[in-house]
Amino acid sequence: MTLRLRLDPIACTGHALCADLLAERIELDEWGFPIILGDVPPGLAADARRAVRACPTLALELLPASDDPRRRGSRS
Amino acid sequence: MSQLREYAYEAAQPSERPAGRRLTIGWQHAGRPASLHEHHQRYGPLPGSGRRGRGGLVDAVAAAELTGRGGAGFPTGTKMAAVASRRGPAVVVANGMESEPASEKDQALLARAPHLVLDGAVAAAQAVGADIVHLCLDRTRTWQVDEILRAVEERQQARLDPVRLLVHELPGHYVASEETALVRWLNGGEAKPMTTPPRPFERGVQRRPTLIDNVETLAHVALIARFGPDWFRTAGRPGSPGTMLVTMTGAVRDPGVYEIEAGSRVGDVLALSGAHQSGSVLIGGYFGTWHAMADIAQLPMTPAGLRPAGAAPGAGVLFALPPASCGITAAARILDYLARQGAQQCGPCMFGLPAIADDFAQLAAGQPKGRPLQRLSRRFGVIAGRGACRHPDGAVQMAASALTAFAADARAHAAGHPCLGAHSRRPDSAQPPIPRPWAEEEWR
Repeated sequence: MTLRLRLDPIACTGHALCADLLAERIELDEWGFPIILGDVPPGLAADARRAVRACPTLALELLPASDDPRRRGSRS
Repeated sequence: MSQLREYAYEAAQPSERPAGRRLTIGWQHAGRPASLHEHHQRYGPLPGSGRRGRGGLVDAVAAAELTGRGGAGFPTGTKMAAVASRRGPAVVVANGMESEPASEKDQALLARAPHLVLDGAVAAAQAVGADIVHLCLDRTRTWQVDEILRAVEERQQARLDPVRLLVHELPGHYVASEETALVRWLNGGEAKPMTTPPRPFERGVQRRPTLIDNVETLAHVALIARFGPDWFRTAGRPGSPGTMLVTMTGAVRDPGVYEIEAGSRVGDVLALSGAHQSGSVLIGGYFGTWHAMADIAQLPMTPAGLRPAGAAPGAGVLFALPPASCGITAAARILDYLARQGAQQCGPCMFGLPAIADDFAQLAAGQPKGRPLQRLSRRFGVIAGRGACRHPDGAVQMAASALTAFAADARAHAAGHPCLGAHSRRPDSAQPPIPRPWAEEEWR
């Protein structure tokens, strides 16, 4: 099953361990914060789980890819 | 503070309801809010107050096709139905924060027709099954808070409302008016946006389903509750019915707040304020987009009408920049403000916005390091869409549109040729207004 990475940008403080553990799907911007490159195919699922577990601030989670990725906030 | 635009309309009987003027009827009584008595003379009482069941108004607002007037333009009926369908008692939050520096329409509305806003909030509360309304205001606007508290007291003495009305004074940061920031503050925290989901309609104030609407949106709800969806749609355009408040400032002869029919052409709207017809305009707000007037004048001021130009009505802001002014400098000022106004929570916003604000400042000064246009283009793509809220997206949208609308200026600045405006330290009424920023620690 294809999985989707979801990042909580408030929780993330840029430790950047995830980009080491899942370089195929996570790269860092010039300030050291993760950019998620796409969904996780079954072959990368184990690495993705490792990246999620390694995050010191628990900012990363894995969901089934069918889920709505993340509804955007809005100014009311 | 620019003056309010007054209309020469006598207090209208409901039977005479003029199509193009709804919220602003009777605003010629300048200098004070309409009393409850005047309000009822003007619009009649809110029907079924205290005894209306759930549902009827939700359907009416949906049928009216009212969309949010706070910036996002989401269908109000859909939002109300989502809250009404949740289990347990709901909460209504009336968003009167108006943190957009170039917008004054919510302040004008609250200053002239507070009971219309409160009627709408109360009617919406009854319709979605809420027993409480929280009205959120910027606490630096002490006169406004005093006036609203007087209006609430009038209603309490008249035993008008079957729900509780609470007025709150919040810190006035730009992002504090974002709906999850209001929820967080009302729950005892700081007025900073939160990661979603859950959205407020799912779990908001006191973990209850929460309807958050802009105060102008609620004023329209109050009129739909009285006169119905068919009447609402007699103004405006199919798909974007009704009227909307706009704030026009900058290089205009008569700055202020105007009520227009939704779908009026941008050029006609700008003509109401006597805007310079050959300059540029920022449309929507500081999250909005810059355009040459000539490029946008013929377009209707609706989400669909402006989409081909990559623009949106947003909070109804039109800021006119005269032809002689530097658009790159104007955008740099706004971007610097937005970069300082972040909640300092998300990395891409904390670091990305100051980085592009610095790029823009270098560009405006004609002292760029490296290749600023290429660097900005790359950074825009990296920053947008990566915050918990849309603050970085809005800032990037405004900045990117400036590089398109003022492309020739941008190239000249990038080659080291600043214009005079770039070095000016003078207060300049032709430049976008920048409020004094809040002290960083005041988020509670």
